[in-house]
Amino acid sequence: MRRLSAQHVSRIKIVLFILLVLPSIVAATNILRGEVAEPADYITHITGEWTLRLLLLTLFIRPFVNISSWHWLIKLRRMIGLYVFYYAVLHFCAYLLLDLQLDFSTVLEDIIKRKYITLGFIALLLLLPLAITSNDALIKKLGSRRWGRLHQAIYFIVPLGITHYWLQIKGDEYAEPLTYSIITFLLLLMRYPPLAQKLRQR
Amino acid sequence: MKYKFKSRTVSSEITPQDIYHDRRRVVKSLMALPAAALLPTSAQAGTALAAAPHPDYSLEKRGYDGLTPKKKALSYNNFYELGTGKDDPEFNKDLYSPEPWTISIEGEVNKPRTFDIDQLRKLATMEERIYRLRCVEAWSMVVPWIGFSLSNLINAVEPTGNAKYINFLTFNPEELFPDDANRAIPWPYSEGLRMDEAMHPLTLLTFGIYGEQLPTQSGAPVRMIIPWKYGFKSGKALTKIIFTERKPHTSWNLLQPSEYGFYANVNPEVPHPRWSQSSEKALTSSLWVERRPTEKFNGFDEVASLYSGMDLNKLF
Repeated sequence: MRRLSAQHVSRIKIVLFILLVLPSIVAATNILRGEVAEPADYITHITGEWTLRLLLLTLFIRPFVNISSWHWLIKLRRMIGLYVFYYAVLHFCAYLLLDLQLDFSTVLEDIIKRKYITLGFIALLLLLPLAITSNDALIKKLGSRRWGRLHQAIYFIVPLGITHYWLQIKGDEYAEPLTYSIITFLLLLMRYPPLAQKLRQR
Repeated sequence: MKYKFKSRTVSSEITPQDIYHDRRRVVKSLMALPAAALLPTSAQAGTALAAAPHPDYSLEKRGYDGLTPKKKALSYNNFYELGTGKDDPEFNKDLYSPEPWTISIEGEVNKPRTFDIDQLRKLATMEERIYRLRCVEAWSMVVPWIGFSLSNLINAVEPTGNAKYINFLTFNPEELFPDDANRAIPWPYSEGLRMDEAMHPLTLLTFGIYGEQLPTQSGAPVRMIIPWKYGFKSGKALTKIIFTERKPHTSWNLLQPSEYGFYANVNPEVPHPRWSQSSEKALTSSLWVERRPTEKFNGFDEVASLYSGMDLNKLF
């Protein structure tokens, strides 16, 4: 598994492309079949969860490659990152179109006054340049160093996204945001230089 | 840490929620349509409950566009005792049985007594009333409820001069199904009304919905419907009504007093700290939700006089 041919990698990419679009297709199908009582709520929830899950998956790849030396995994990361943006945009669109139905004064009020929406909106804005620069031409143009520095924005985006989740739980429904927080903590810990080096040496 | 790893709560909370929810949808979709049509209807249709429509609470009189489809009203519920997801109550509806059931009336009354649910159903003539239910989460449903004014019960037990409030309690899931109980909020769920609110003819002691006895996910066998207040005031599966002199502690108000008041009157002018209450998503027969402006007191202007002289911005 350490080395895979280019052909294998491109096949894996196709499979991954299909797998990652599936949650949105399943959600759309359920709505069109009339299975969903409140589609705004449903789509917002599903796309929000997938945004966070895939964000954490992109963070997982680097330490996992360091441990396993499956360097080809790095080639999948960009697609996963673009899917993060895809679900984040769907999430925002569900809020804008289905939930608030283009009531821009309320949208503005929400973004300014309501902390969790402010944070979520900032996270979405920060994702935008990362998505735009995730193609070969712009990577070349920026140079890998500057590109890499830009993409470190992810370390702001993840905590923003998770706080956005924390701030809207009711009662003690904190199992899910807590799970995401713990995973993030572990993934960041694996980047702590002394630990990262140790993991690499194995 | 309050979170405990236990039973059903754990399996649903550790599995990412929408996968957990999709699991049900997968099961549903596996039961292809023709097969579902062959299933006995008992799984869907409840016990019929006959009641004459109340002339003042028809679609036309209330100016409602139409009923929320039964399927939506019975699959999108907040009933935390059965789980915190909107489709959990329907999925977990077998966790308790609403029959047999008793409800005890206690406190500041001359005739305290415990009703068997059948006795209680016969206390007054059932009526069907179409009320819009407005949830504090900014969605609404138009539902044909069946029951009678709570005042019938209050008069039957003769409150003493000290009775200023009523406090009504839902069953405690930790007693009814300890192995499967979650601890989303402290149990039992508690709600209350001022006596004049409780006596208002709109306040409906509710036994049925869509021509049937309440299904479990809607709060079987008996619940409150207080149509000018946010839905969380309308306690489900009631086991106890206590008449008190002091204002009772109510569940959401205790948990988050800045977000949920004791009165909880529907009011488009007072936003929830996390969202606007000026409009609501109406659950209609459409595939999508439709936004409509929220009306003060959910359109029941006749209750405004109960609150004259009160600052409803502070006493929300």
